Amino acid sequence: MSNEIADLSQSIHAGIADASDEAALEALRVATLGKKGSISALLATLGKMSPEDRQVKGPAINGLKSEVMAAIEAKRTALAAAALDTRLKSEKLDVTLPLRPAPTAVGRVHPISQTIDEITAIFSDMGFAIAEGPDVETDYYNFTALNFPEGHPAREMHDTFFFEPDAEGNRKLLRTHTSPVQVRTMETTEPPIRIVIPGRTYRNDSDQTHTPMFHQVEGLVIDKQSHIGQLRWVLEEFLKAFFEVESVTTRFRPSFFPFTEPSMEVDVQCDRSGNEVKIGEGNDWLEILGCGMVHPNVIRHAGLDPDVYQGFAWGMGIDRLAMLKYGMADLRAFFDADKRWIDHYGFRPLDLPTLFGGLSS
Amino acid sequence: MKFTISWLKDHLETTASNDKIIETLTMVGLEVEEVTDTGAALKNFVTAHVVSAEQHPNADKLRVCKVDAGTGELIDVVCGAPNARTGLKSVFAFAGTYIPGKDITIGKGNIRGQVSNGMLCSNAELELSDDHDGIIELPEDAPIGVPYPDYAGLDEVVIDVGLTPNRGDCAGVRGIARDLAAAGLGKLKDDGIVPVPAVAGPSPISVFVDGEICKMFAGRLVKNVKNGPSPQWLQDRLRAVGLRPINALVDITNFVSLDRARPLHVFDADKLEGNVGARLGRAGESFVALDGKTYQVDETMCVIADDAKVLGLAGVMGGEDTGSTETTTNVFIECAWFEPTAIAAAGRKTGINSDARYRFERTVDPESVMPGIELATRLVMELCGGEPAEVTVAGKVEAPGTVVDFPLSEIERLTGLKVEASEVEAILGRLGFKVSGSGETRQVVVPSWRPDVTMKADLVEEVMRIIGVDNVPVTPLPRLSGVAPKMLTTIQNRRRITRRALAARGMDEAVTWSFISTELAEIFGGGKPELRLANAIASDMTDMRPSLLPGLLAGAARNANRGLNDVALFEVGQVFFSDAPEGQRTHATGIRTGTAGLAGAGRHWQGKAEKVGVYDAKADLAAALDALGVDIDKVQVVSEPADWSHPGRGGRVQLGPKVILGWFGELHPALVDKFDLDGPVAAFEIDLDALPEPRKKATRAKPAIGLSPFQPVKRDFAFVLDADVEAAGLLRAAKGADKALVTDVSIFDVFAGAHVGEGKKSVAIEVTLQPKDKTLTDEEIEAVSGKIVAAVEKATGGTLRG
Repeated sequence: MSNEIADLSQSIHAGIADASDEAALEALRVATLGKKGSISALLATLGKMSPEDRQVKGPAINGLKSEVMAAIEAKRTALAAAALDTRLKSEKLDVTLPLRPAPTAVGRVHPISQTIDEITAIFSDMGFAIAEGPDVETDYYNFTALNFPEGHPAREMHDTFFFEPDAEGNRKLLRTHTSPVQVRTMETTEPPIRIVIPGRTYRNDSDQTHTPMFHQVEGLVIDKQSHIGQLRWVLEEFLKAFFEVESVTTRFRPSFFPFTEPSMEVDVQCDRSGNEVKIGEGNDWLEILGCGMVHPNVIRHAGLDPDVYQGFAWGMGIDRLAMLKYGMADLRAFFDADKRWIDHYGFRPLDLPTLFGGLSS
Repeated sequence: MKFTISWLKDHLETTASNDKIIETLTMVGLEVEEVTDTGAALKNFVTAHVVSAEQHPNADKLRVCKVDAGTGELIDVVCGAPNARTGLKSVFAFAGTYIPGKDITIGKGNIRGQVSNGMLCSNAELELSDDHDGIIELPEDAPIGVPYPDYAGLDEVVIDVGLTPNRGDCAGVRGIARDLAAAGLGKLKDDGIVPVPAVAGPSPISVFVDGEICKMFAGRLVKNVKNGPSPQWLQDRLRAVGLRPINALVDITNFVSLDRARPLHVFDADKLEGNVGARLGRAGESFVALDGKTYQVDETMCVIADDAKVLGLAGVMGGEDTGSTETTTNVFIECAWFEPTAIAAAGRKTGINSDARYRFERTVDPESVMPGIELATRLVMELCGGEPAEVTVAGKVEAPGTVVDFPLSEIERLTGLKVEASEVEAILGRLGFKVSGSGETRQVVVPSWRPDVTMKADLVEEVMRIIGVDNVPVTPLPRLSGVAPKMLTTIQNRRRITRRALAARGMDEAVTWSFISTELAEIFGGGKPELRLANAIASDMTDMRPSLLPGLLAGAARNANRGLNDVALFEVGQVFFSDAPEGQRTHATGIRTGTAGLAGAGRHWQGKAEKVGVYDAKADLAAALDALGVDIDKVQVVSEPADWSHPGRGGRVQLGPKVILGWFGELHPALVDKFDLDGPVAAFEIDLDALPEPRKKATRAKPAIGLSPFQPVKRDFAFVLDADVEAAGLLRAAKGADKALVTDVSIFDVFAGAHVGEGKKSVAIEVTLQPKDKTLTDEEIEAVSGKIVAAVEKATGGTLRG
């Protein structure tokens, strides 16, 4: 009998070892541990045995049963691992296949928008709100209120686009600068005023650096004490922040604009020796903006007393700032909607210019 | 305004270096645009002697010369100039010299078989004048081998300053010298004006002034002059600043104009008929100007005329017929004052740009009429002799004599600069202002040549520019608040957010012209006459755009022409519905062409992109609205296509029929053709101004979330509907069937086919039921399902599919 158990054990273990898949293993389990299985048959013999025999055979047969159950389970685990291994091998994919780019990797924001966002980030931190006004303007706001006398050559220098006159002979125009918004703001806002005014402007002119439509940003401070020393500070701080350089050297030259007195043009020191302009180094000067103290007549036209209120204003080209910072050579390409150009010079949708994260990445 | 350093020193006694002068000019507001050192540019050209000049054996028009340039040996030169002849003294360039007028470097060469090792030069080749008729002819006694600039006195530094329109006084060298003297660079010399006695007695020619443009007209006859070429110093002066010497009398007028910003004119008195003066032009009159062209004049212009004819356009250009020539023996000098705006207008109308106009439109010193005519007379006497008659004058002009009450504190108020009273007085004094009084407010009399100075701010500028803006201390602008408040308005934020949201959907932002053609404006709902430019720069840039679509579609067409047929473009910008400020609105508009859908265009191993369609446009619009806080499922989407849309594939998003937020659709095939595109084009427009202003909230806290502990139940229903029944109605009915329980309804299948029936479609929905306080029983679920089916069938006329 003990030989019988030993033989059975040996033959079952050989069967487990031979089982090559779960089905064979299951068949073996049924053939040994199933109702009609060989071990079950042995267990059935226990009932007819004498108590003495049972005491000896019982543990032996039950021991065999436990041992076989564990061996089958171990084999089952090994077979499952092997099967998984085989499946995984068959499931291998070529991960080097390129995918379609994400929409955020494809779409681009125009450099003008990005530059306006950069300007906004800097000036909003300095306490300037963003003001706007209409593109279609009256002669009054574009010229007269800004102290351009009728027939003055300075008006002619603006190459103004005019609309057809109405029945009363009044003709509107496309604003030639963002300065009309100065007057519109002063008319409706109680000082202190600190605003910057980005927007589209228009002049009848076209070549590599002039387009009939372009973008300007204007700044205005009106209160009871702001002066040219502070104007210099604001502009120098802006230029440093915008061009993301440690320091800038500026040169304020007296100049003339009808709507400021005193008036100045500002040059920034730069290096123009290579193909690109480098701000913050070099020995060349580049004219970058015009500015001055708001002319007493302009303050008066806006309904304020120039002996009480004072302040400064400046204006500069957004397109030009973008060209200087990001190196575009031809202004006309800004307005061509050429996908290749936008993809090259444009900005990622999530490249949000902030002061805390840096203006550009 | 060009001048030379040596000319400047006629008026300025200074020891300052050229560099210091140039730097100071810019820093006082006379921006130096260009500095040319003629001596440096021409230092390699030498005087030379043409020892022999013989006919070239192989070319009729060439001569073979032997040139002595002072090197001790004769140089072979082939020369094509007709005046190259034996014995001539001329100007020579050695091989290797850069020839500015030709922009070449002359080399050693062989011209048709003859050696040529240099070049004999014309004035044009040296850029000294336009004269290229022949090589320069020097006097017989000219030395040999001397650098030509040294010999000819051309070793000049020429400075070109850009004058601002307010500084007419600096259109003369003396005015520039005055500014430099004020800036501490030296002393302004005496003006040297001494009246010339009228030895010829009273003027036989009378003068007149008629009309409002000419305020004063002075004339002076000088008899028995001997005109001819100017002396070398005067010719050199004029040439150095780019003027061509004509004859002494004409050169004198140019000299006084440049030297004193005082234009003059000289007539040949023998060509005048009767009296001379200034009057308004008359319709039909014309004259031949010095530039050889005939100009019509009219009643808005002031002309100079004698009793018989128009002689010239006042303040702009004289006439050809009555000008002074080499044969003039009696000269009539004119010196007058004209209204600047009238001169500017006449200049614009005729298109003439002249040195006279440049000065008169910037305002000539009204008190320079008499000194100017005396200076001119003296120069005529010096250069041409003659006997002057008395000056004859009509009209009168005086400087306004403005007196400004100038509180000295104004300087610090406007600039932050602290200046001592004595320094203010000194600076203004050097500029010609007369300062009187004492105490805080001084009285300042403005000199006649500075009509641009009228108020205290102008005087602040005068003081500041002479001290130098660089000396104004840089002072921080105090902050108005610790942390800056919100700075953008609602619409500004909308633009910013929409832009980033659309770019994040793979679209490229374009910026296109605000003006388009009349035709396109009309097609897209614009074209109002009030929005049409009177002086457009091009015929396709005439009308303010009513829509951003034409600009984007034209952009897409340009891209297609470059081989890019799949583009996704958008613009966030202004559109115009009237010429009033409120007629300008902001749209966000986008297009997709070809297969440029959200996932990407063209073929790909994971699947080829389909052509874009109406649902691409709707998705873009919905995404942009969502970024702006508007849920497209909570506003009305109606089948009301825009005029530009395919009539069956377009819709409108609105809060109600009066508040339209946007449109989406496939571009009408006729417009696809119009823009020469390959269709279809998916397009949308959002009116960013139409979105409601966000409600002011008392708190930033969001409502409590109220999460249910019970599992939601999902049930599917399929309905057979008429093909033209809209999904929106079905969804509304299903959602409304039990507002407490139904939290979501989505459509997961739409199909049509023979087995659903002709003219029918099947729409399958999944309804989510969310119990709030207990698990639903089967009976409750059945009851709700029944309500949903009934509601949908009632609203759509459809039936539940069995």
